[in-house]
Amino acid sequence: MIVAQPKPIKEILEMVKDKKKLLVVGCKGCVTVCNVGGAKEVGILAASLRIARKRSGQEIQVDEHTLERQCDPEYVDELKDIIGDYDAVISIACGVGPQFLSERYPSTRIFPGVNTQFMGGAVEHGVWSERCAGCGTCVVHYFGGLCPIARCSKSLLNGPCGGSSHGKCEISKDVECIWDTIVRKMTEQGRLTELIEFRPPKSWTTARDGGPRKMIREELVK
Amino acid sequence: MNDFKPQILAFCCSNCASSAANVAEGMKKALPDNVKIVQVPCTGRIEILHLLKPFEEGADGVYVAGCQEDSCQYVNGIAKAAKRVAQVKKMLEELDIEPDRIRLFHLSAGKGQEYVEAACEMVEKVKALGPFLPA
Repeated sequence: MIVAQPKPIKEILEMVKDKKKLLVVGCKGCVTVCNVGGAKEVGILAASLRIARKRSGQEIQVDEHTLERQCDPEYVDELKDIIGDYDAVISIACGVGPQFLSERYPSTRIFPGVNTQFMGGAVEHGVWSERCAGCGTCVVHYFGGLCPIARCSKSLLNGPCGGSSHGKCEISKDVECIWDTIVRKMTEQGRLTELIEFRPPKSWTTARDGGPRKMIREELVK
Repeated sequence: MNDFKPQILAFCCSNCASSAANVAEGMKKALPDNVKIVQVPCTGRIEILHLLKPFEEGADGVYVAGCQEDSCQYVNGIAKAAKRVAQVKKMLEELDIEPDRIRLFHLSAGKGQEYVEAACEMVEKVKALGPFLPA
């Protein structure tokens, strides 16, 4: 899933300081699963905004709405009859959401209510960890099912580097050296020699280095 | 300021705090009339939004009265409530609101006296802080 975290409330209050009628829009996709942008969090942000403005003596109307997803036009369309009633919208979807809303409703001010962090998963309840860098050419099968691009601090494809110590990365004792884990796992699987097989340099043209990406699946295009 | 009568909302566990309330009643001890009670089957069910809503509606203080840490009938309900109360304290601080306006009390079924004292303590604390909303 795409993992995000809430923006500081003061930053959001500053963004909307001159607005009197707001719509907070959540998303039932990834940000619901990581407890940052679903219907529950829409309610919490809306309540926080109302409390802050009441305390400062500046009343505000904050309404709440949660879309099935903010990254699909058919769901974004759901707002077309109500969005014009608001001075601004706060989207608490990942960074895709506020952009889809901005593109669909160009005359409405759209503010992001969360900071998108990474693609990852929940390693335990309340703890998320990065797993994918979206490089566009998956190579995890060469590395024991573990991604050194997303999980090595240097994205090394030929680690570990000299900064690996007792299974930890030199940047922090809290960061696992994924190359240590890869080597141990490949050793356990009797596949260590696969790591010294020659492979041509990875092409990064499918990653961000190739510019903004777009994917077209002809069989799905109407 | 001293005429100020704070409006307090208390979320009370129906297992321990409510039994404590019965004990208090037997002792002829009553809660201050400005403390309103919402009984919940377990404090673990109280969400952050439940704790924020009373402030939005004009309450001056909120507290949760639940079990001792090791005696929750649902194992860890009170631990969950404690984390949520702590989170709301942080949220209030971020909004420049006194975090002492929300609090958690650990009670048990026989503690009628403590049940009333918790309410009185909260009333006094919030009275000292003043009204939540500007006049």
